[in-house]
Amino acid sequence: MANMRLYSRGDKTFVILNMFLVGMFTLSTLYPFIYIASLSMSAGFEARAGNVVLGPVGLTLDAYRWVLSEPMFWISYRNTFIYTIGGTLMSLILIIPGAYALSRPQLYGRRFWNLMVAFTMWFHAGMIPFFLNMRDLGLLDSYFGIIIGFAVNGFNIILLRNFFENIPQSFEEAARMDGASEFQILWKVYVPLSKPAIATVALFCLVSRWNGFFWAMVLLQDEQKIPLQVYLRQTIAYLSDDEEFSSTLINQTYSVETVTAAIIVCSIIPVLLVYPFLQKYFNKGILLGGVKE
Amino acid sequence: MTDISDRKQSVVFQPSRTQRVIEALKRDWQLYLMLAPTIIWLLLFLYKPMYGLQIAFKDYSVFRGIAGSPWVGFEHFQTLFDNDQFLRALKNTIVISFWSLLVGFPVPILLALMFNEILNQTFKKTAQTIVYLPHFISSVIIAGIVIASFSPSSGVVNTFLGWFGADPVYFLTKPEWFRPIFIGTNIWQEAGFSSIVYLAAIAGVSPTLYESAVIDGASRWQMMWKITIPSIMTTIIIMLIIRIGNMLEVSFEMIILLYQPATYETADVVNTFIYRQGLQGGQYDLAAAAGLFNAVVAFVLVMSANAISKRYSRTSLW
Repeated sequence: MANMRLYSRGDKTFVILNMFLVGMFTLSTLYPFIYIASLSMSAGFEARAGNVVLGPVGLTLDAYRWVLSEPMFWISYRNTFIYTIGGTLMSLILIIPGAYALSRPQLYGRRFWNLMVAFTMWFHAGMIPFFLNMRDLGLLDSYFGIIIGFAVNGFNIILLRNFFENIPQSFEEAARMDGASEFQILWKVYVPLSKPAIATVALFCLVSRWNGFFWAMVLLQDEQKIPLQVYLRQTIAYLSDDEEFSSTLINQTYSVETVTAAIIVCSIIPVLLVYPFLQKYFNKGILLGGVKE
Repeated sequence: MTDISDRKQSVVFQPSRTQRVIEALKRDWQLYLMLAPTIIWLLLFLYKPMYGLQIAFKDYSVFRGIAGSPWVGFEHFQTLFDNDQFLRALKNTIVISFWSLLVGFPVPILLALMFNEILNQTFKKTAQTIVYLPHFISSVIIAGIVIASFSPSSGVVNTFLGWFGADPVYFLTKPEWFRPIFIGTNIWQEAGFSSIVYLAAIAGVSPTLYESAVIDGASRWQMMWKITIPSIMTTIIIMLIIRIGNMLEVSFEMIILLYQPATYETADVVNTFIYRQGLQGGQYDLAAAAGLFNAVVAFVLVMSANAISKRYSRTSLW
């Protein structure tokens, strides 16, 4: 390492102790995931008895067989994809043009519109009026309601608007000379130049959609429309309370514990798959949206 | 709204406001077309509920609707402040926030400082990749992991305690265990990711400071205390102010997932109270009053935080 020379002899203990502490924290972050993965591949009775600590005990994939043969698992998985992709597209369609318009200096009433966006970050009407509003709009129990109802948030608009504002005007001059419309300038000049910012916003949306739970639980009654997170929650609550289910398990190689763990693993996998992309952009995203007017 | 150009009117002849609006619309109609969907969305989904907040002062009935329900003044607020459950929820919110702040706030700073002292880049990258991960995992999964780990019969925590001869404890039904578990889970999930802000601040410290310190024979430990920490103090203070501003924003989704009637006495916060009274119990007006109280206090806190941080950094938070 280049800065190795910055270390004197007395620093050795400090460096080693530091590495040890960071290592411990990292392992303690990792361990719960390893534990759940181990549970999901262990024999039901071993999991029940609390014999799983590190690595599967009585290796079996029966819990996964149970989960993957459950129609509700697949329905909720499909729904999550609908909400995630539909919701993210809806957000981008609304936010990109909106943020662009707000970034234009010539926009009449610009300060008012910006304040209108920012105010939503400081003050919320709260859970109950939001719910009653969704009900009055006829958006309960509807795919569209979930997709549209959470499409815009002030933070993402401001993040994108700031990015657009920092693009020098000179980039668009040529296009403007050619008589390009605002839509063309946005699409041909600003969007290509703002890929990192747009990717950041898109990833924020994807993650919050994939993980969205509370409002899906509140707004959706129809079993056929619930996303994976609500299904997971119901399964955890249902399986652990249901004596009947437990008693049918006595002769099985899976159990409430291993089945729950298997669903958890199945719903983490897609997050792990996009995680490398997330990592690439979230640093930027935080700094872009950070301390800035 | 008034802007600077209004004041010029007396000096130079200017077209009236209506005329200017029409002109702007003609010139920038495309921009307004692009802005319109966003503004309509904000009005429909965020501002319209603010109009609906009036039910906090009304005897709301579903059949009469928001506008048709009779006014009752501050009756719901009086009911709330006579209600032991609400007062308990208010107290729990403050206590949980306070402990989260006290225990949770220093952890990401420590982590960032520690990451900064690691020489081996591969080790550093790997460790960072792992500790950022839980931030991206849903609260349902995190709660599922907590429930599995703390289970009295099968959970690894009790297995571990068993090795030392301790009897199994059903942690999630014990009111005295709820807060440590909840706060610990939050730190486990967010501390790594929150360290990014501090790492960015550390990256901004001028290398020449360290170089001259090395020439003076300073140790890493001394450099951390004398250079790194003072250099990121502004960031630390701003983050602290933001945290205090968001005091009432206890992650209630996680609480809903982890609490149960046996632990309400230490776990129930204002937002979970609103959820139970309003969305589960159908007492919309009372719950909306609790929500309004929460929102107003949060608004005051956030605005004060912003004002204070302006003084510290000259850049506001928005």
